[in-house]
Amino acid sequence: MLGSFVIVFREVLEAAIIIGVVLAATKGVPKRNQFIGAGVAVGILLSVVLAFFTDNITDSLEGMGQEVLNAAIMLSAAALIGWAVVWFKVHAKEVIAKAKDVGKKVSEGISPLHMLTIVVGLSVLREGAETVLFLYGIAANPTVSVASIFSGGVFGLIAGTIVGFLIYLGLIQFSTKHFFVITSWLLTFLAAGMAAQAAKFLSAVDKLPALVETMWDSSWLLAEDGVIGQFLHILVGYSAKPSGIMVLFYVATLCIIIGFMKLEAGRKQWKKS
Amino acid sequence: MKRPLIYTLAFLVFLSLNLQTSNAAEVIELKIKDHKFDPEIVKVPAGKKIKLKVINLDPTPEEFESYDLNREKIIGGNKTGIVFIGPLKPGKYGFFGEFNPETAQGVVIAE
Repeated sequence: MLGSFVIVFREVLEAAIIIGVVLAATKGVPKRNQFIGAGVAVGILLSVVLAFFTDNITDSLEGMGQEVLNAAIMLSAAALIGWAVVWFKVHAKEVIAKAKDVGKKVSEGISPLHMLTIVVGLSVLREGAETVLFLYGIAANPTVSVASIFSGGVFGLIAGTIVGFLIYLGLIQFSTKHFFVITSWLLTFLAAGMAAQAAKFLSAVDKLPALVETMWDSSWLLAEDGVIGQFLHILVGYSAKPSGIMVLFYVATLCIIIGFMKLEAGRKQWKKS
Repeated sequence: MKRPLIYTLAFLVFLSLNLQTSNAAEVIELKIKDHKFDPEIVKVPAGKKIKLKVINLDPTPEEFESYDLNREKIIGGNKTGIVFIGPLKPGKYGFFGEFNPETAQGVVIAE
């Protein structure tokens, strides 16, 4: 039971943290719960399909299918988060000033809510597929009872969800003024971490050079497989022994998102005057 | 507001055009049997790119994972997966099977 608890918890946690931050960032947006709920539901459904086709995906693209797909998912999610963050930055003042109007604006056309719903769906898809594969693996082991796998899985799911919910509750405590700054930064780091993960996958199939195999080793300070290390890994992309390309992607993503925030905010200022 | 996306896409296309393909890498086999790695100690030459051929002889999937090497790859039951590692500095690099971490543990030694 412990085995299934640990792995389900870890996978659920990854998706739950992302959902928690997204829910906080979209607080007050109309139909937000329906959208995010739909993202989770579609993610779960597709993850079962993805798990079923894992072997086909792995064998595709000369054995690189899995890494390329993972990298594509991570990069898309990072790009969508980046776009949403820039949108928030441009509209932050209006959001704070008159939440109702923005609600209207958000529900028209493509909005950060759409972007972030896809991000939620993608993260549930990725983590869900791994969970399904793992559960299938231990279910095939005759010495482990189905009941114990099931209970471990359910506890893992509950525990992961609680952590995600706590993050949400923690974030919405901040006053409106700080709230946007904090959620935007969190989302920015989340996107940077995802881009670093994508770089990791692409260098695993030799599509990107590692540049430097190990940029630094901070595992003595904060091990990546420990509780805090795992948590920070998901939330801000912490890695105890990152490769050069991972750090490069991380920093580049931060620069791109911050650059666009400044650019768009500047353009808006310029239009006004 | 469409611009950030367009720039980002352009950046990704640029990246994909720059993808480098591998030079000939030394192939080393690593088997998974009964949720254990064989061999558990994988000796590789330092400073060289290695193509790790992970052969899963179990009927269940396993995930080859390493924090030291920054690698994770799911290998289906009775399937083989390729994981590129290195060039590595001399040293020890732990890896494990995420789906069976109690038994599936191993280390790459580069020398």
